[in-house]
Amino acid sequence: MRFVNEYRDAATARALAARIAALCEPGRRYTFMEVCGGHTHTIYKHGLEDYLPETVSLVHGPGCPVCVIPMGRVDDAIAIAEQPGVIMTSFGDMMRVPGGRGSFLDAKAAGADIRMVYSPLDALRIARDNPDRQVVFMAIGFETTAPSTAMTVLRAAREGIDNFSVFCNHVMILPAIKAILDSPDLRLDGFIGPGHVSAVIGCRPYEFIARDYGKPVVCAGFEPLDILRSVHMLLSQLAEGRCEVENQYTRVVPWDGNPRALEAINRVMHLRPYFEWRGLGFISHSALRLREEYAAYDAEQRFEVPGVRVADPKACQCGEVLKGVLKPWECKVFGTACTPETPIGTCMVSSEGACAAYYNFGRFTRRRVMEATRV
Amino acid sequence: MTLEHEVDRAGDATRERRVLERIEQLRQRKPKVRDERITLAHGAGGKATHALVEGLFLEAFSNPILDELDDGAVVSVAGGRLAFTTDSFVVSPLFFPGGDIGDLAVNGTINDLVVSGARPLYLSAGFILEEGFSVADLRRITASMAAAATRAGVHVVTGDTKVVQRGRADGCYITTAGIGVLERPVTLGTGQVRPGDAVIVSGPIGDHGVTIMIARGELDIEADITSDTAALHGVVGALLDAVSAVHLLRDATRGGVATVLNEVARAARVGVVIDETAIPVRPAVHGACELLGIDPLYVACEGRFIAVVDGAYADAAVAALRAHPLGEQAAVIGHVTDDPPGLVLLRTAFGGTRVVDTLVGDPLPRIC
Ligand code: SF4
Repeated sequence: MRFVNEYRDAATARALAARIAALCEPGRRYTFMEVCGGHTHTIYKHGLEDYLPETVSLVHGPGCPVCVIPMGRVDDAIAIAEQPGVIMTSFGDMMRVPGGRGSFLDAKAAGADIRMVYSPLDALRIARDNPDRQVVFMAIGFETTAPSTAMTVLRAAREGIDNFSVFCNHVMILPAIKAILDSPDLRLDGFIGPGHVSAVIGCRPYEFIARDYGKPVVCAGFEPLDILRSVHMLLSQLAEGRCEVENQYTRVVPWDGNPRALEAINRVMHLRPYFEWRGLGFISHSALRLREEYAAYDAEQRFEVPGVRVADPKACQCGEVLKGVLKPWECKVFGTACTPETPIGTCMVSSEGACAAYYNFGRFTRRRVMEATRV
Repeated sequence: MTLEHEVDRAGDATRERRVLERIEQLRQRKPKVRDERITLAHGAGGKATHALVEGLFLEAFSNPILDELDDGAVVSVAGGRLAFTTDSFVVSPLFFPGGDIGDLAVNGTINDLVVSGARPLYLSAGFILEEGFSVADLRRITASMAAAATRAGVHVVTGDTKVVQRGRADGCYITTAGIGVLERPVTLGTGQVRPGDAVIVSGPIGDHGVTIMIARGELDIEADITSDTAALHGVVGALLDAVSAVHLLRDATRGGVATVLNEVARAARVGVVIDETAIPVRPAVHGACELLGIDPLYVACEGRFIAVVDGAYADAAVAALRAHPLGEQAAVIGHVTDDPPGLVLLRTAFGGTRVVDTLVGDPLPRIC
């Protein structure tokens, strides 16, 4: 794929890798968490870990929006989809996420009308085209996708489209990071901050991480060199004894975020008292729901929602893996009961989950790969 | 670091290796069909399809010819060797830039025969039509089938028609079968693949799949891309004339190049290492894939094939392909290794490495 751009240049990467290695203190191990699933994707897609010394490891955080949806919410969404006249719409990567009784794909095979869309506006269009059906949008994602959901609700209200509603599962990144920071056995040296989320909320909200928890944060872009640069910035902070929030992704992330996007979220949604996260359990004030003014567009008010609770399976140690306490292979069911085809826990669900990524491309495999590819 | 730490770490490494070795063993196991119902993933060519084919169809029909699971079966009849294949076409939309379901069906069937090493001779065509389907459209489809058949020198010699109630099918489905004759003394198949072989792709990948995604109108993308649907008898003939050390041919349809290479790696118990910078992809296809967050390696082609050739003849093979209009951008994209068996590895343009695994189902666009 002859697609070389300034953020994917191998020569620059090699130079950066040498500077990264030079910053590492001998005998010291470094563990950084990349919070966002998009980063995990970049890391694996480009084989970025090959540029990092053995002593620097990246832990995949809770920022994969489909991974954190608890099974009960999937079951609830399917229950809505199964009601007569309903068209459920959802992003592609939601289709295979298993609930307690199977995934959207399974429900679709069993007769529910579930359609893949590329944006909430597509769902609104389906509602406009099918006035005799109820169209529900399964809204998932962090602050990144919440603004477009909010704007779609505003648009539906403006156009008076009343057969459209949102099953809101928008979650917020800061409470999740805080839950991880509060865990007693935390082993992280710093965070690679989520780029897209930060484009909305800015960098300022992360300041408590540096100030109160003493962990440096660097908000990073999604090209492979962005991530290497961020690792370099984190290591520089540690080497120089600094601990602050820095912005590597200045070409997209304004320090104070995007006021228009925040305003849209605020107008349409407000905080839930608590929300369940797959792998992390209940976290208070960690998710959004529609405000009373927009109750007409709230699928949770329009439909009978069973409110299913499916406890994370006992064997599941996703919480520990998400916090970087356990390595994926240290989980008892890793690779035996829990595989990408039959995931038990959240980290095995999407290809970006820590366990799935490790399953497909563990360090052992990687070493052999390096040997095989040395031509 | 204390001695204890060292011991700890060594213990860790062994435990980790054991876990990962166990996974490799599990991976080699025959896939099982665990689902209660057929989902779209079963038709996508990935792991779910494999499980269905190996865990259900093979169980019912197993025999030495079918067990090869090649694109076409090679059977001996009256002292000669025939290639025999069947395929079904359910593409939506029926008409798309660069082709339609008609030439897609004819070309696709011909290509299955061609990559078995055969000269295609005869085709069958079965039509499943939905009540209300436009006769003008049907005429257009059959005209393009006839033209495609003529171009390749094959004849549609038998056929069938069924009409189902409105809503029971999506306009028009076509099922084909094809017969060809093996005239060359070549034996192609995963059994011939050896470490040191070169892996060649006959042209830019992903054109067909991206064209279809855009033609469905679900994406707000416009791009100047047309399907690559084409019959490959000419370009494959040129390759086989020039190089006798061809070990395997596969057309890179459903599941794309990545899926084909995984099938090869698994069946031949070899590793395949490919180089991202060497893989030809048109900029428009690349751009669309970046936008959608999908990987062109998994996107279907309808006029491209993978050739595995003795490494010593790689340059000759590429030269022969490039001399043909359908192989102008042919390139060596990688090679076969003995380790790690069953895996396809990619050297990324960025300079890292990753495993290119088979997907479970269709490549799904990512949201973030
Ligand atoms: S192996 Fe499965 S259950 Fe264990 S931590 Fe990973 S995803 Fe969770």
